Amino acid sequence: MKTFWQRFLSNPRVIIGLIWLGAVILVAIFADVLTPRDPFAIVGAPFAPPGSALWLGTDSLGRDVLAGLAHGARTTLLIAVLSTLAALAFGTLVGAIAGYYGRAVDDVLMRTTEFFQTIPSFLFAIVLIAILSPSAMNLVIAISVVSWPPITRVVRAEVLSVKSREFVQAAVVAGQRDHAILLTQVLPNTLSPLIVTGSLLVATAILIESALSFLGLGAPNQMSWGFMIGAGRSFLRDAWWLVTIPGVAILLTVLSINLIGEGLNDALNPRLADL
Amino acid sequence: MGGAALGRYVVRRLLQTVPVVLGVVILNFLLLQLAPGDLATVLAGEAGGAPKEYIDQLRQRFGQDQPVLVQLFNYLRNLAVLDLGYSFRQSAPVLNLLLARLWPTLLLMGSTLLVSLSLGVCMGLLAALWVRTWKDHVISVAAIIFYATPLFWIGLMLILVFSIKLGWFPTSGMEDVVAFNEGFARVVDIARHLVLPTVTLSMFYLALYARLMRASMLEQRGLDYVTTARAKGIPERTIVVRHVFRNALLPVVTMAGIQFGSLLGGSVVVESVFAWPGLGQLAYQSLFARDFNLLLGIFFLSACLVVIVNLLVDLIYVLLDPRIRIG
Repeated sequence: MKTFWQRFLSNPRVIIGLIWLGAVILVAIFADVLTPRDPFAIVGAPFAPPGSALWLGTDSLGRDVLAGLAHGARTTLLIAVLSTLAALAFGTLVGAIAGYYGRAVDDVLMRTTEFFQTIPSFLFAIVLIAILSPSAMNLVIAISVVSWPPITRVVRAEVLSVKSREFVQAAVVAGQRDHAILLTQVLPNTLSPLIVTGSLLVATAILIESALSFLGLGAPNQMSWGFMIGAGRSFLRDAWWLVTIPGVAILLTVLSINLIGEGLNDALNPRLADL
Repeated sequence: MGGAALGRYVVRRLLQTVPVVLGVVILNFLLLQLAPGDLATVLAGEAGGAPKEYIDQLRQRFGQDQPVLVQLFNYLRNLAVLDLGYSFRQSAPVLNLLLARLWPTLLLMGSTLLVSLSLGVCMGLLAALWVRTWKDHVISVAAIIFYATPLFWIGLMLILVFSIKLGWFPTSGMEDVVAFNEGFARVVDIARHLVLPTVTLSMFYLALYARLMRASMLEQRGLDYVTTARAKGIPERTIVVRHVFRNALLPVVTMAGIQFGSLLGGSVVVESVFAWPGLGQLAYQSLFARDFNLLLGIFFLSACLVVIVNLLVDLIYVLLDPRIRIG
């Protein structure tokens, strides 16, 4: 039996994903070093094609596309990770309480979760941001508000399957308090599906964030990939790179996170891997 | 099953949707309360300022001087008779605006569902039949890539290639309004405009259904009833078509119902890319006009559509699978 890491790292798709995502994370961290200028600064003539003095050319106002890409990576990743963490925290709390206490509590919480799963989530995110006004904080709120239900379902299902096991009953008999049992006995056993769902949620969060920024609901004064595509779409005919380059960046990043997430799933559930 | 049983089932499912619709209404009302500035201040601001007495008068007219619970009650009472309020930007009742934009969106949804479901099911089926061959890998890799592609970006890329470079399809809109096409010519024109938005919106769901169908086929194929059928000497082709395929389809149908809400969300993006004159584009416009009555009206209508579609999916489910009892 191979270990988790052997299974995880022997998957070529995971390696491809890790390489690209690692590169994006490095660029996001060192954006200020790689492209020290403000991404909104005008650095040259507008519409310079890629390959000229600036690697990836300039946009309609003469801003450096490469600088935009590097700083955009930071905004997009930061918002995606923060909103996923918020959704994980809230979803886990609701799912754990629903699963552990059962009965009426479970009913009320799960009906609420179903409600949030039924309403059109992207439209809800748009409505939320339109009313709260666009800002990085409100983006995180809106994205996490629409992405917590799947976490709740995963955690609740796991808690239900774990809570009747002997070690949990032993903890009850030993007199451990509810929250201690949940934190130390039950939740650690829900970790692996949580990691998989969480990693896939980051990819979804990136897609939601860039769609919102594309529509002009992104964080103001923060360069982001969706914003670059939205700003470049009017010049599609004459400056194809303004839309193409940030789009490829989103596609590859989402793809690599999905590959890693699936690799995690396969490595954590080896019996299901060949399905 | 009798018609009466089916009727009772439909009524029971309709009653179950009441809390969801009520929840959306209350959510809408709360969001309106959160919105900065009420209608009176917005109108006064647009008139270039107004005396406080006038603003108070406006508030009284809109019932905004009442306690919140009374306002909620009035809001519910208005919605009960489908009064979704008035869009002061477009100078028309919200309901009329929505109904005018409903059918383009339904057309786009319908064609997308058709394309993504039929192609997705076919791709998943083929991938499962060719499991672990290079053909399976090609389909799976394509599905993974489609799954990660941002909708709005692929829409712009398709415009770039098929409209701007090749000139095969129009870039935007639903029909060529200056051509004054009628009858069949108009249908052809709308169909030509429909191609790119449909392809754009279909890609993500196509990938989703293909992956689900593949997994579902492989799971069903390993079950005991398939071994039984094989032992009885039923030809492999019949087993796949009559047994495995029909059972494998059920989770895909469920998923299509669950995904309908997200499909509506995707249409906001796609409609704004292609200037498709549906609800999504109206939502985009109302967003920047800060026309909250209209925006929340769209949200309410979309939620109702999702509820109706889920009901339809449940009915299709009953028809597809005779084992499901509806008593």
